[in-house]
Amino acid sequence: MNGSSDEKSKNEEIQNLQNQPGKLTIYWKRLKRQPFAIGGGVIFLFFLLMAIIGPLVVPYNYQAQDIANRLKPPSPAHFYGTDQYGRDVFSRIIVGSRGIFLLGGSGTLLAVVIGATLGLLSGYYGGLSDEVLMRLFDVLLSIPPILLALVLLVTIGPSKPGLILVVALLYLPIEARVMRSMVLSLKTKEFVEAARIRGEKKLYIWFREILPNTLGSMLVEGSMRFSYAIFLVASLGFLGLGVQPPSPDWGLQINEARGWFSIAPWLLIFPAGTISLLIIAANLMTDGLRHVFYPIGGEI
Amino acid sequence: MLRFTLRRLGFVLLTFLIASLLIFSLTEILPGDVATMVLGRFATPSALQNLRAKLGLDRPVYIQYISWLTNFIIGKWGDSISTQAEVFGLVMHRLKNSGMLALVGCLIYIPTGIFLGIVAAFRKNKWLDQTISMTSLAFIGLPEFVTGVILIAIFAIKLRIFPASSAIDPDARFIEILPQLVLPGITIALTNLAYVIRMTRSSTVEVLQTEYVRSAYLKGLRPGYVLRKHVLRNALLPTVTIIAISIAYLIGGLIITESLFSYPGVGRLLLFAISHRDLPLIQATSMLIVLIFSVSNFFADIIYAYLDPRIRYK
Repeated sequence: MNGSSDEKSKNEEIQNLQNQPGKLTIYWKRLKRQPFAIGGGVIFLFFLLMAIIGPLVVPYNYQAQDIANRLKPPSPAHFYGTDQYGRDVFSRIIVGSRGIFLLGGSGTLLAVVIGATLGLLSGYYGGLSDEVLMRLFDVLLSIPPILLALVLLVTIGPSKPGLILVVALLYLPIEARVMRSMVLSLKTKEFVEAARIRGEKKLYIWFREILPNTLGSMLVEGSMRFSYAIFLVASLGFLGLGVQPPSPDWGLQINEARGWFSIAPWLLIFPAGTISLLIIAANLMTDGLRHVFYPIGGEI
Repeated sequence: MLRFTLRRLGFVLLTFLIASLLIFSLTEILPGDVATMVLGRFATPSALQNLRAKLGLDRPVYIQYISWLTNFIIGKWGDSISTQAEVFGLVMHRLKNSGMLALVGCLIYIPTGIFLGIVAAFRKNKWLDQTISMTSLAFIGLPEFVTGVILIAIFAIKLRIFPASSAIDPDARFIEILPQLVLPGITIALTNLAYVIRMTRSSTVEVLQTEYVRSAYLKGLRPGYVLRKHVLRNALLPTVTIIAISIAYLIGGLIITESLFSYPGVGRLLLFAISHRDLPLIQATSMLIVLIFSVSNFFADIIYAYLDPRIRYK
């Protein structure tokens, strides 16, 4: 092999690298092959939009009782009918979506932020504290989540901040574990090594070298956790241990509607249908994200 | 294998210990004084003091914890505050009921899940597979109270095939209450069904692509024989683990399902205890649930390691 051909192949290599499509283009290409995921994402975004602006434009006040019009079936005046106090079911579902997103969302966000921080520090430094923290998280993860939620709620009481705290505490160990395992493999990579050798500060290494490479996984993990959080918040509401009446929480609505099913099935069908739609959409979206970021096998 | 088993056993003990510490401290710092709760707000200070002494609440916290844990281990679970009944008998009776419900659930989702998973794998990427995979993915996260409520609406109220309430006679035999177990059984089965389907499908797909299955077909063995001897033997390995894990997850589902169907199991007992702030009952039921959960996880690990030796040396 002589010098010029070596030079040539090097140039070719650079050319190839330059012609490679960007990451975003690759993601977009993969996303386009996932019609179910796109559908799920669109529905999910629609719900998010509804939670943000819905409560401002609902046709009725969610608490407004109208006894004369109680238990009315769906009609143009009340799309989803009215409940046992004459409250508009459609408005209550829309206002309730805000609660679900707020509680599940902020709980998940808190879990991701704290969990990721703990996972990063624990994985980066290692040592005894890492070992102890991870064993503790293993233990927390081997307690049924709903049981842990119930016992915690008994102690801190069923309030909105309490629920957010429960969601955060429940999902924090898993986020930390995912983050830690990624940090463990990333910190031995050449580019991190290089940054360390050229004397970069720790913060630089964390925020510029390590964290950007964990974004995809954390996005998948977080969105999966979020759909679990919706599940949990609604289940606790159903058990009467979450948000208290007269809040329009979906789980609570379904619980209240049970007694009225034979005369007013719409009280049950619409909240149950809405929550099913949201969770199914979130699951399809998560599955799609996983295929986009991890095309082979879809594993994290 | 022995070393692996011992290590896992050690972890189960650690889990149980920390969980007990957690449950004890969370329930002991419950808002509200137990003695005041039992005797009412107008009790005399000396009566309160007597009750605290009787319940051992006047001792240092760590002594309380140690004696509480020892009592739990030897089966002295104390008396329920709200019903005055002995907790141990109460919980054990409910445990039997929960066990029956879990059994019905397993009988529904294990065979169905494996069957649908294999069917989906053999029709990989055809419409049948797409339908099975997408439906199971969609249902994987649906809360039990939603599926349960829908099942009640359809089968109990509209069609009147099965009863909506599963409040059973305490002395009834399994066969007699079977109709009442169908709807709650399906409810707890659905979530796990999706997991079993997905696991069976992906492992069957993997096995079907291997050389030995191809050569088994090519040397002219009957398809049924290849399926039994070559495909299923290997494909069901991961499924067995998923099933063992899912039994642990059933417990979470039981809490909600039992409450929905008014079924007298451990889960509903826990909710009853919580709503009545019945401390001994809360502690005993949650400790029992943790115990069952970690023991099932332990067996899941052991079965997996037994079937797949690579795991033991990780």
